[in-house]
Amino acid sequence: MNDPGKLIAAIVIIVVAASLAFPLVYNKAKAGAVPDFTSVLEPLKKEKKTCVESAAYMRSSHMQLLNDWRNEVIREGKKVYVSNTDKKEYEMSLQNTCTKCHTSKAQFCDKCHDFVGSAPKCWDCHIPPIEKPEAEKKTAGRSKIDG
Amino acid sequence: MDSGRRRFLQIAGLSALGLGAKPVLDAIADNGNQFKVGPKAKLAKRWAMVVDVKKAKDSPEAFKKSIEACHLSHNVLSKWKNPKHEVKWIWQAKFEQAFPGEEHKYLQDYLRDGLKDVHPVLMCNHCDNPPCVRVCPTKATFRRPDGIVVMDYHRCIGCRFCMAACPYGARSLNWVDPKTAIKELGEPVNFPTNREFPERTRGVVEKCTFCSERLAVGLEPACVEASQGCLAFGDLDDPNSPVRKLIKSHFSMRRKAHLGTDPQVYYIL
Repeated sequence: MNDPGKLIAAIVIIVVAASLAFPLVYNKAKAGAVPDFTSVLEPLKKEKKTCVESAAYMRSSHMQLLNDWRNEVIREGKKVYVSNTDKKEYEMSLQNTCTKCHTSKAQFCDKCHDFVGSAPKCWDCHIPPIEKPEAEKKTAGRSKIDG
Repeated sequence: MDSGRRRFLQIAGLSALGLGAKPVLDAIADNGNQFKVGPKAKLAKRWAMVVDVKKAKDSPEAFKKSIEACHLSHNVLSKWKNPKHEVKWIWQAKFEQAFPGEEHKYLQDYLRDGLKDVHPVLMCNHCDNPPCVRVCPTKATFRRPDGIVVMDYHRCIGCRFCMAACPYGARSLNWVDPKTAIKELGEPVNFPTNREFPERTRGVVEKCTFCSERLAVGLEPACVEASQGCLAFGDLDDPNSPVRKLIKSHFSMRRKAHLGTDPQVYYIL
């Protein structure tokens, strides 16, 4: 143990290994199976409802879209969004447009956000739709991001 | 030396070309008109409000109705357990509080008989030279081209510089989350009162927005709608707008105009 080089190398390896392993150990208790979204999306598909953009785009980029909407509405005073997918026009509003179809915050937002450990602050101010009783049972209470 | 000069001129020429090309590239990159102003939106060059206190003496409840309408439509809590936590967008105050320095010994007679002690209604003045905007470190508060001084709560960090800068006390900080404040109150309060408008959260500053969200869909501000004609709203740039007509036919005052903020709420007293 008189070789400082080895000692430092050992410390570095231990620290790196610990920091790599930490999220795995930390989340072990929490991370369940990948949430099943079919039950959520099936009713909307049946009604042949389409979102403002394609489902794939919304899944990957809804946060950028909402960011753009927010800036356009507040800072530019523009309220209407023209969809790239079908050129339909929508009012840019999380609270008044998105939640008209996505009627359950627990099902549409929390389910995935909880799984990926993301806690956006949207609902600190924006008012989520009133949860229907069955949806409430499934999620057992309101999520942590509800403040 | 000679080649150095030539090289310099070449680089300068290319740079100038690059700068000239930028707007062209921007135009190409522009993804069409993806964002549009709503079809019903009310537009103006300079929004302004006239508070007709003289008229309000005949409908003494008008201003109270305006205050209620504003706070109901913007989810502003009307009751607070701790008065220091109070949030308000629009409120009433005595003449000497609204117009300090303008009072004199015999003015009370006029206020009592001429105005029947109706207190003027106060709100954000949407100044042309807004000190709150100048001090905001995050540009969370800014002045729109049509004159409305808006708050972007997403960007507000709650530093309260704007509150210190505003000479009208028009801004309130959310010391506690309104949802928590209701629990503290311990009595049932109907809140949020308007599920189509957001609430605010702890640590953001809020104020009157001249109902920019209502103007965007073609509605008058909530306070004006409820005011029984005692508040007028319109485009100062338009000589036929209700505000210009009132200012033309009456003597009007503004709050603390000598401070140079150029407030855009006019009072007829």
